[in-house]
Amino acid sequence: MNESAVFWSRILTEVTLSFHIIYATLGVGVPILIMIAHWVGIKNNDEHYILMARRWARGFVITVAVGVVTGTVMGLQLSLLWPNFMQVAGQLIALPLFLETFAFFFEAIFLGIYLYTWDRFENQKKHLLLLIPVAIGASMSAMFITILNAFMNAPQGFDMVDGQLINIQPLVAMFNPAMPTKVAHVLVTAYMTCAFILASIAAYKLMRGSNHIYHKKALYLLMKLGFIFTVATVIIGDFSGKYLAEYQPEKLAAAEWHFETSENAPLVLFGVLDDGEIKYAIEIPYILSVLAHSNPTAEVIGLDQFPVEEHPPYYIHYFFDVMVMIGMFMLFVSAIYLLAIWRKWSFIRSKWFRFIVILGGPLSVIAIETGWWLAEVGRQPWVLRGYMTTAEGATTSNHVELMLILFSILYFILAVGSIVTLHRMFKNNPIVKEIAKRSSKGDV
Amino acid sequence: MTLQLIGICVLWAFLFGYVIIASIDFGAGFYNAYSVLTNRSDILSSVIKRYLSPVWEVTNVFLVFFFVGIVGFFPQTAYYYGTILLVPVSISLILLSVRGAYYAFESYGVAGHKGYATAYGIAGLLIPASLSVVLTISEGGYVKMVGGVPQLSYRELFTSPLTWSIVVLSIVAVLYISAVFLTWYAHKAGDKNAANLMRKYALIWSAPLAIAAIGIIIEFKGHNPFRFERIIDVWWLFAISGVLFLITTYLLWMKRSYGMAIILLFTQFAFAFFAYGISHYPYLLYPYLTIHDSVTNHEMGIALIIVFILGAALLVPSLYLLFKLFVFDKDYVEGAHDEHV
Ligand code: HDD
Ligand code: HEM
Ligand code: HEM
Repeated sequence: MNESAVFWSRILTEVTLSFHIIYATLGVGVPILIMIAHWVGIKNNDEHYILMARRWARGFVITVAVGVVTGTVMGLQLSLLWPNFMQVAGQLIALPLFLETFAFFFEAIFLGIYLYTWDRFENQKKHLLLLIPVAIGASMSAMFITILNAFMNAPQGFDMVDGQLINIQPLVAMFNPAMPTKVAHVLVTAYMTCAFILASIAAYKLMRGSNHIYHKKALYLLMKLGFIFTVATVIIGDFSGKYLAEYQPEKLAAAEWHFETSENAPLVLFGVLDDGEIKYAIEIPYILSVLAHSNPTAEVIGLDQFPVEEHPPYYIHYFFDVMVMIGMFMLFVSAIYLLAIWRKWSFIRSKWFRFIVILGGPLSVIAIETGWWLAEVGRQPWVLRGYMTTAEGATTSNHVELMLILFSILYFILAVGSIVTLHRMFKNNPIVKEIAKRSSKGDV
Repeated sequence: MTLQLIGICVLWAFLFGYVIIASIDFGAGFYNAYSVLTNRSDILSSVIKRYLSPVWEVTNVFLVFFFVGIVGFFPQTAYYYGTILLVPVSISLILLSVRGAYYAFESYGVAGHKGYATAYGIAGLLIPASLSVVLTISEGGYVKMVGGVPQLSYRELFTSPLTWSIVVLSIVAVLYISAVFLTWYAHKAGDKNAANLMRKYALIWSAPLAIAAIGIIIEFKGHNPFRFERIIDVWWLFAISGVLFLITTYLLWMKRSYGMAIILLFTQFAFAFFAYGISHYPYLLYPYLTIHDSVTNHEMGIALIIVFILGAALLVPSLYLLFKLFVFDKDYVEGAHDEHV
């Protein structure tokens, strides 16, 4: 084993995944939103929504490009950085990975067609049909990769006898206990994040003084969708907690700083650890028992049940808190917005409220990142829980640091390039100009 | 047929698909850069763009399919190749990423930038060169087992004439394949100037291609006599490939039936590629890893094959639709309408 290779492989994996996940999340959620906008546009015969779909699709091309290349990097890095792990995992869980490539394929083909056939069909509905495979393909690929990740948390579908893998059942491995909550939570948080990111942009335009009805329609549609997705996120997040309580109690206990197994467990928010003592934390009585078992008096397993070397790092507590706070906050913001629209309250047009909506996009991305860090760091020291530790899975190469530097530069270039390109693309073709151009062609 | 044989045939076929469409893509990028730098971009750029734009993402998926498939069917390759290829493949990945992303940035964001075009064109030649090193490594002689862990000797790799001949062949093949393809595509688009220019490039690269290919076979004799024998065993497949190559260049020379030339080109490369693959059998990494000892368990193998059949049933019609709309559609190829999002 090569200690420094293990360390640097972890860092490089963290960097690559944390970067890929931003673009991947956009790749999962944005096609659904384009589809909804396009459909609303066709149904109501409203050119504004069709333009929304068209402009989002244009931006989507840029984020997809980065998603695709960083995903390719990720896919190969799994073998390059974790050769021992992949050799074992390949025999057990190659199926969803292989299925995922078909989902990509399907998505890639129809995305190419959708992007290059605007105005080619007399009937707009036909064009919209082409988007359905894109949206399905993207969500399916997220589903399959998440199944792989779920397997790492709750491996099953094989027996290990004297280090040999026998009785391998690929489908049982795929349908592991972690899968339902994980897949559902990942998908719905991707939809939620994309709704709030696009809502941020609309709110930004409105705050900067544009009073165009286009942005107002966009904001209203996105906040409605964002609200629905956030409700689903919180409910499924709660199920994720129940999954953890049953199958990975050490992850939940570390995330909650729940050191002693006890009944009537309180939820600990923030605070600091001082010599094993929790200080300055907000404690909400009974709520951890509710989160874990839907019962305020239920017993929740604490870290005392596990040997110290199998405890996940305690700092995942903060990741959990940040994610949950953001979920609650966005639920509140979108609910208030909808209520205000209904009751005709005017404060939602004020600068400060729009500013809060603008924050929603970046906050949701932070929730995605902290959520993944919670899930992955919380699995440590295991790469395949109960079977293989992260250190055993890693490469022994001495060049990982250098690769980390090179890839960090790459991601920096990609991040700057994508932001600059998106900015230019929309600055050079603002909505007012595009509407004017289309109406002069007689389309509106 | 055994599981491992089905697996390797499917993967090899996909790798062939990647080699062909990626060559068209890489070469097109190079010709585009060359024409921008020599101020002839008005002749080539629009034809190249029209072909590349809708299909670039699909090209990448072929590669993903190959490396995911090989880890699925032959999990031990992850261990052997994963350990030794960290540096070479990382470099290919960085080039591939920059090129892929900047293609999208350039064609949808800020068009016509000289610097982008040049970097893009050069990266397109460096990528096949760096990827082809993987094939060289698989030939054996550059990897040693040190305490059960495979280790790559960079010095031997980079001082070996075989390495450099394979690099040269990969670059020349890229330039030749894409020139022939673009001759046909431009001809179909009714763009005489572009077709003539590409025809000229195709003819220019045909002689170096033949020399590089024959050179490599000779290199093998010195590098690894066993592998050389295996190549000689299938000499007739290589011979068919050579004949097809001669007919293709003849058609180009006579400016006749470009459509036929394209089909012959693909067949020529298919013969050479599969002949090479057969001569490589059964080794995945000579002499440590064969397809027999690295194959996955029976259950997973069957599951993968079923998925492959179902997936193919979905993909073949979709790919057909893609090509029908953008490669065989006369109006699109001629640029009759602008329907880009
Ligand atoms: C917009 C993003 C977002 C928001 C607002 C939330 N989550 Fe989340 N959460 C994720 C994004 C996310 C994620 C990125 O999708 C994760 C990482 C891994 C996973 O399976 O989903 C995740 C993981 C994750 C896990 C760990 C699952 C595991 O390791 O197997 C739990 C227990 C929760 N979430 C619970 C919640 C609760 C109770 C929320 C209440 C508000 C919540 N999440 C909001
Ligand atoms: C076969 C697949 C995977 C492997 C081998 C793998 C392995 C690892 C390892 C070893 C780490 C380092 C953990 C640490 O140092 O604490 C890590 C971190 C991480 N992984 Fe996974 N993982 C896989 C799947 C996924 C998936 C599907 C995602 C989803 C995006 C993901 C997201 C992350 C994130 C965000 C981190 C950073 C956590 C941190 O900050 O430590 N992983 N992964
Ligand atoms: C170990 C973790 C992961 C690996 C190995 C991985 C692998 C890949 C690969 C190889 C690609 C490129 C495919 C192509 O060429 O089209 C890709 C793109 C993509 N990935 Fe990931 N991925 C990982 C995590 C995730 C997660 C967690 C999600 C979703 C939540 C996701 C969603 C996507 C999507 C939607 C794309 C398509 C590109 C886009 O639309 O932006 N990936 N990924």
